[in-house]
Formats: sequence, structure tokens, C-alpha cells
Amino acid sequence: MAKIYSKKAQAAQNLKPKKEVVSFLLNYSQALSIVKIENKSFEIIAN
Amino acid sequence: MADLHIPDALLVKKYVEGNESALATLIKRHESKIYGFIYSKIADRDISNDIFQDTFIKVIKTLKSNSYNEEGKFLPWVMRISHNLIVDHFRKTKKMPMYRETEEFSIFSIMSDDSLTIEGQMIADQVEVDLKKLIEELPDDQKEVLLMRMYQDMSFKEISEITDVSINTALGRMRYALMNLRKIIDKHQIILTN
Repeated sequence: MAKIYSKKAQAAQNLKPKKEVVSFLLNYSQALSIVKIENKSFEIIAN
Repeated sequence: MADLHIPDALLVKKYVEGNESALATLIKRHESKIYGFIYSKIADRDISNDIFQDTFIKVIKTLKSNSYNEEGKFLPWVMRISHNLIVDHFRKTKKMPMYRETEEFSIFSIMSDDSLTIEGQMIADQVEVDLKKLIEELPDDQKEVLLMRMYQDMSFKEISEITDVSINTALGRMRYALMNLRKIIDKHQIILTN
């Protein structure tokens, strides 16, 4: 009898990142401002 | 909800102009595609989350510094960023540790050749031939179970189904097969070693 090497197919699920990750990104985006002065850019993160 | 009909390019423009909720819409719209893409390569939820986060940190930084200029291709651009981060991830994890030979440390202490020598290979072949001959001596029902278990790698459940006996009978036959093999080996003073 042939050996079965294939694993069970991963259940097709609607994969989504963690809520924490998304909310972190949104907060990070709100806090971040980038200021360009001449050729340099400064990242400012407001707490 | 009305945001769902706004094209990506317009949302990007709004976000660059300072509308933070446009980013939320963009993430919501594409999160499962991007996360799914990352997960399909990484197959680990936590690492996928990390890469997803790093991807959007890059997106946010690029957009906020006004360096983004490929309007209309938001999703492919984000996918490209995540693809690059995935490659970086694999590069980091697959990197081989480097060893340098010193006087007190020989490189050969961690490198070894596990394959058999020619002599060892010949002995192994001989043992296998002898063992096959011994198996031929077993009663048919025991031989059948042993061959299926050891040479065809079948489970006892499969064996019991094919030979139409209970699992316990199959297990018993295997046990007797091994006992009989040992007996034959003892009786004839055969030494099987490698």
C-alpha cells in the first residue's frame, strides 16, 4: 500500500492578522510624523 | 461603509493628506490578501503577524514621507514589500553558522561522515540477505504480517483489514514471528551484526 505523505490540507480559512497588530499599526500611524528638512528626514513619534 | 467603494489610489491620497481613517480602510480591505500571502509562505501565525506589521510600518513610513508615487498599484506594491520581508526572514533563519578551525578546535569534530564504509555496507547487505532467508522459514501467517509491517510499513490496523483478522491476532502473529526468528537465530548460532 502506498504511503501517504501529504498532510491534511490546511482548512481554507479567511486568514486575518491579529486585531492587536492592526490597532498597533493605526496607532503607530497616528503617532508618526515625518519631517523632511533639506535632504534629511526625521521621524517623530508622539506619545 | 461608503469607503469601500473608494479606489485605493484615492484612499492613499487621502491618507497622505492626513486622513488616518483612510489607512484603516486600506488595511481592512487588503489585510486578508496580504496576511494570507505571508502565511502561505511562512506557515506560522506569529511570524506572519510580525511580517504583516513590518510591511505596514514600511508602508506608513513611505506614505508619510511622501515617497510613494505609483498610484493605482497599491496592493501589488504592498505585496512586493511583504515579499521582500519574507525573503529577509528566510535569509536570517537559514543563515549557516560559521566555524573556523583553530588549534584547540578541529572542524572535523563537528563534521562527520555517517555513511557506511564499503565493509559496513557489505555487512549490512549480507545481514539483509540472511534475514530474508530466515523470514522465509516462518509460518505463512506470521511471515505475511511481518513483511507487511516491516517492509511495507503498514499499520496493524491496515494489516488486520487486509488479512481479515482482528488487530490483536495481527499483533500476536507479529509477536510470534519475532519470537520464532529469535529462536531460529539462537538455534543455528547465527550472528547478525553491523
